[in-house]
Order: sequence, then structure tokens, then C-alpha cells
Amino acid sequence: MDKANQRFGFLCSLPILVVLGLGFLAPLAVVALYSTMPERVFSLANFPTFEAFRTLVEQSYYKSLLWSLGMAVVATCMLFLLCWPLAYAMAKVFRSFALAITILVVMSLFVSENIRLFGWSLTLMKGGLLEGHARAWFGIGFEGLLYNVPIIVFGLVYVYLPFMLFPLAQGIAMIPDDARQAATDLGASRWQLLIEIDLPLAAPGIAVGSLLTFVLAAGALAESKLLGGQAVIVIADEIETAFTYSQNWPLGSALSVVLIVIIGCLVTYGLARVDLDSIIGRNR
Amino acid sequence: MGASRSTKLALYAYAALVVAFLYLPLVSVGFASISRARYLTFPIKKYATKWYGSAFASETVMDLLVVSLRIALIVAAVSMTVGFFGALAFARYNWRYRSLFQKVILLPIFFPQAVLGLALLIWFNALGVIPDWKTAVVAHLVWIAPIATLIIAIRAYSFDPALEEAASDMGASTWQILREITIPLLMPGIISAGLFAFLLSWGNFPLSLFTTGADSTLPEWLYAKVVSGYTPLVPTVGVLTVAGSLLLIGIAFAVFHVFKFASSRSA
Repeated sequence: MDKANQRFGFLCSLPILVVLGLGFLAPLAVVALYSTMPERVFSLANFPTFEAFRTLVEQSYYKSLLWSLGMAVVATCMLFLLCWPLAYAMAKVFRSFALAITILVVMSLFVSENIRLFGWSLTLMKGGLLEGHARAWFGIGFEGLLYNVPIIVFGLVYVYLPFMLFPLAQGIAMIPDDARQAATDLGASRWQLLIEIDLPLAAPGIAVGSLLTFVLAAGALAESKLLGGQAVIVIADEIETAFTYSQNWPLGSALSVVLIVIIGCLVTYGLARVDLDSIIGRNR
Repeated sequence: MGASRSTKLALYAYAALVVAFLYLPLVSVGFASISRARYLTFPIKKYATKWYGSAFASETVMDLLVVSLRIALIVAAVSMTVGFFGALAFARYNWRYRSLFQKVILLPIFFPQAVLGLALLIWFNALGVIPDWKTAVVAHLVWIAPIATLIIAIRAYSFDPALEEAASDMGASTWQILREITIPLLMPGIISAGLFAFLLSWGNFPLSLFTTGADSTLPEWLYAKVVSGYTPLVPTVGVLTVAGSLLLIGIAFAVFHVFKFASSRSA
């Protein structure tokens, strides 16, 4: 039976590996190749120069990268704090209500992120849902809340909330109640319970949730465009501009490569330490 | 664990608050769609449904609808098939590279979609393919097929291999086992994966933005109009897009319940 396992496992993995080979690996390889080309060429038949990477440093494109990474870190930390109580309640306190929350949160994911962000700009703009009603009902007008850095972080927190919430809830569900009970019986305080039992035992879920939100937020584009009014230029925006308006593919590729390497290292490091069978398999 | 009554109450309130936070922007879009004024300001003074009429009469909107629908249907069908086999390799068979395979499948999910879309754009160009809705299908699949795989894998973990072995001992062929045992057992997972795939493709924006070429999907058109050339049709089409998703979810739930009812009667 073991031989059959090997053979069927391999065969069944083929279709999706073909999809990912053609749609994921190959494009990334092409981007990596382009990043070594001289600037502003459109063919790969040139001698590699790496000058795009020099431009990247000299023309301070790294600032966008730092903004993106910084905002992603802040959004991830905020999401962790915001989601922990709810994830905890979903895993340990709510019973059938947890299912209702899950369905409602998942359904919000099916609405295109730009419709939801557009909704926020209608809500927060001057003359929007909040300001307009505050002025009409209470006579308190204020400037619109859009077009600054905090609102971009707010957008990231909003869009990526489910990506933190679900892995976290899954991780907390892996904490055995006995362990908490035993710790309480031995006189552990609430704080000790959190630090010594909950956080370490839920670590796989915390790792997956934080990685996912950080990575997606670092490469996010729509939040800064729709809510931030480009108060800062994020890295994904620079990459888009290089590929489209400025027609400088090697530069766009070099910027992508830097982002991909950072993300790749984090994800490989993080995922190598997580046992997926126990996270996904328990979900029944 | 015994949480106190007041803690529980606070947690319920918090959960309600988070859900309200998730849906508040849609409330704004909903109100905006029934405002009569061409230039929207809150509070809305006059309500009208005329923008819905114009949206349904608009040929552009119908074209967008057809393109979005076509992409989502193909993505759902392919994701279900690819995801089915992927899930077996992910959860059912104990093969040598399984743990590596599991991690490879996750990589596209742990990847910023806008960057993936741009990388695909360069790749299609290198291949000499002119982007249109078909390239968008490929782009969506890279992100959605792994998600479909995970959803079916959750089901496949609870799969008892003894059932397949028993069928095999009784002389069933590989194809018969697949058709009679494996597919029916994983069917709930396959259907939810298809539903997820359709909805995620229907609402996807960052991948479509760079890979549809001259064609355009609903979310893409909305984005273009918000960024430049706002029309009062934007909130209306937004609401219609959301309504489309809700309709599909509603139908899925109804079919599921009818099916469950029928099978419980026949059992």
C-alpha cells in the first residue's frame, strides 16, 4: 500500500503543481531575470548589468519599501491586539455564535476590497456619512479624515482582519482546556496563564496569522490609492508605476525582487516551523 | 472554560462591534446608491432608484457582468478539479514530499496579489500572449486553486482510507473507487471550494487589474471610475455586485438545505 501511496500522492499533486509552475514560479523567474537587465529594455537578450538595483538605492526607492514594511508591521500588531479577544471567544467561549461570526466575516471577504474601501471613503470624507450627519444633526463639522498615513494603516487593518482572525482562532482552538485548568489550579494568575500557556500553545496560529497579514499588507496597493490619496507612495505603487507609466521593466522587477526576497525569507522561515496537518486537520 | 457572565457579555458585544465595523462601509455604499443627487453628500436629501435603471440599461455594465461571470465560472470549475486532486495529495496520501508540497501550495496565498498580477503581466508579455479575460483566468487560478485545495483538504483529513482499501479488495478499479467512494465523500468540500472560488474570483481586484488587458471586470471598472471619472453609477454597480454574491450564497444555502432534507427523508 505504501508504494501506491507514493504514486497516487505524486500523481494527484501534479495538476496544481502545473498551475503554480506556469502561473507562479515562471513569472517570478522572469521578473528575477528582468531585474538584472539594463534599464528600459524590453527583451531579456541583453547582458545582465544590475544597474536597476543601483537606481533603486540611489533614487531612494527604498523609502517606499520602508513605508510599506513599517505600515505593515503596525497593521499586523494592531490586528493581533484587536483579533485576540474575538478569536479567543470564537474558539473557547461562543458556541453556535462562533459559526455565525465566521459566516459573516467570510461573507465580507467576498465583497471586492475596492468596493469596501470606496465605502470607507464615502463614510469618512468631508460631507460623508460621518461628517455629513455630525454637521446636520449636531452642528459639528470637521475636515474629512482621508488622505493621510494613519488612514492607510486603518485601511490595512480593515481589509486584512479576517486573515488574522481565522488563523488566530484556529491556533487558540489548539490550546487544550486541561492545560489552562491545570495552570489555574496551581495558582497561575491571568497574566501567567496568557504568557505561559495561551501564547506558546497558540503560537502556530499566531505565526500563520501574523505572517499572512504582514505579507499581504506589505504588498498592498488599493488602501493607499483609495483612502490615502497617495499621502505616501507604497512599494506596490512604485512597482506598478515602473511597469506601466515609466515603462522601466528592469526597475519594476528589481523593486519586486527586493520585496519578494523579504517576503520569501519570512514565509519560508515561518512556515518551516508550523505543522500544517495539526492546524488544518483539526478543523472538523 | 468558565468565563464570567460579564466577560461573556463583553465578548458578544465586541464581536457585534467587529462585524458592524466590517459592514459599515457597505451601508454607506448602499445609501449612496439610492441618492438622487449627481454629486453625493450626506445626509441624503432625496432618494431615487433611477441609477439602478440606468445601470441595467447600460451596455458597459452588461459587458462587465458577462466578463466577470465568465472568468468566475471557469475559475470555479478548474479550481474544483485541480483542488480535488491537490487535496488528496495534501491530506490523504502519505507520500514522500507531502510536507514540502503542503508548503509550496501555500506560497501563492502568502504573496501580495498586486505584485503577482504585475509579474504575470511581464510573463505573458515574454511569452507573447496578449492579455485578455483568459489570462485573468490563469491569474485568478494561481491564487484561488490553492485556496480550493485547502478547503477540500479539510474534508479529506476526515477521510477513512479503509473505505478505498475495502473497495479495492473487492475488485473495484481505480476509476470506480474514485467515482463511487472518493468523489461522493469529498463532495461537500468540493462544492464549498467551488463556491469560494467563484466568489473570490467575482470580487477579485488586484489580480484582474493587471491581467485582463482590454477586457474589464466589475471590480476593475469600479476602481477605474473611483480613481478618475466618478459617476453616480459607481455605488449602484457596487451594490449590484454585492447583491450578485449574496444571491449566489442564498441559492447555495437553499440547495444545500433541500438536498439535506431530501437525503434525510430517504434515509
